[in-house]
Amino acid sequence: MSGAGNTPSQTAGPYIAMGFSWPGRERLLDPGEPGALELEGQVLDGAGQPVPDAAVEIWQADAGGAFPGPGPARWPGFGRCLTDEEGHFRFTTVKPGRLAAPGGVLQAPHIEVQVFGRGLLRQLFTRIYFADEEEANAQDPALAAIPDRDARATLLAQPTATGYHFDIVLQGERETVFFAR
Amino acid sequence: MIPGPKRPEAPTEEAVQDPSVARPPYLYPDYRATRLRAPRRPLVVLPERLLDPGGPVFGELTPHQLEADLTRQHKGEPLGQRIIVAGTLRDGSGRPIRGQLIEIWQANAAGRYAHQGDQHPAPLDPNFTGTGRLLTDSEGRYRFVTIRPGAYPWQNNPNAWRPAHIHFSVFGTAFDQRLVTQMYFPGDPLMATDPISSAIEPRARRRMVSDLDLGLTVEQWALGYRFDIVVEGSAATPFEEVGRA
Repeated sequence: MSGAGNTPSQTAGPYIAMGFSWPGRERLLDPGEPGALELEGQVLDGAGQPVPDAAVEIWQADAGGAFPGPGPARWPGFGRCLTDEEGHFRFTTVKPGRLAAPGGVLQAPHIEVQVFGRGLLRQLFTRIYFADEEEANAQDPALAAIPDRDARATLLAQPTATGYHFDIVLQGERETVFFAR
Repeated sequence: MIPGPKRPEAPTEEAVQDPSVARPPYLYPDYRATRLRAPRRPLVVLPERLLDPGGPVFGELTPHQLEADLTRQHKGEPLGQRIIVAGTLRDGSGRPIRGQLIEIWQANAAGRYAHQGDQHPAPLDPNFTGTGRLLTDSEGRYRFVTIRPGAYPWQNNPNAWRPAHIHFSVFGTAFDQRLVTQMYFPGDPLMATDPISSAIEPRARRRMVSDLDLGLTVEQWALGYRFDIVVEGSAATPFEEVGRA
């Protein structure tokens, strides 16, 4: 398909918060519910400076590996968080279950991520994996597709006291691996 | 004579990363903010069919969370030219995207955003916030009532002015169909020196420009502009094809 008629992407610009503000959308479930954890991190630019005018959106399965289907869903699957002045974002979510991939392979638990903001003419696509899922990560076909083995570590969220920490580095030495759409 | 901004470079063929010619490059030096925010390493191509199924749906949104008329959010009416902006949201194969979320935000008629970061000396309008949100109807159609935003200066380069525009954020049926764009107005001469719209390959730039549509106009009340939106890709993978682990 040529996609000849697609509407081009443009930056969300410096006032992204006007359009993206949605209080509560960073909580995919209540913090008291079983399995709830804090997934937090920072968006940083190529000079190591925090990016305060970005939004992080996530899409993920629930703990059993299920996405919201047709009909009323308790699990929203979707979260959105604007970065604060220090570039921080914070979600309340769960670690997703494993998903089947073609050929009978299992994907490791992961979260789809898109980043929007000033200076991004189109969104960035990445994935969050979990550092404490070594065995599953070793078999994951998307991680295996990253040619630079060392760079795979940029997609591993590190355990914290309340959940996981994951920085999104847009550019530079610690640049996060981003995927083509 | 005030020095004018230079005409931005057209994006290079490599940077455009076809197939769609609708994708801007991440690095576009004429738009200064891309310089420290564009990834420098090559993007990794995911194996086929690894995309996670489906995408968010927002059917649970209640009417009070939706606001398609930006001229009725305050006590009085905002200043400026009242307009209707309407169109259809479709996927790359032409199918309408039904019941899906569209969010917009914009400057007021004087070119000022109701955001603390916008400090340029143009008046705020106490009757205009400049944000709207709706769900497309059963045929993928949408319709906002708003006022025509003004052009405004910014810091990117000497004497830089953004052409009048409305920001759009839309959802497709799959998460990777997400699109954030800007709608421009027909015949705006500021587009020629605008580094943001110029980051788009010239053949595709036209698709961000709305059409004056007298069929959308309400006589004696508001002009109408049509802006049809096409997101990349076609319908999402059916749920049945990707089982649970």
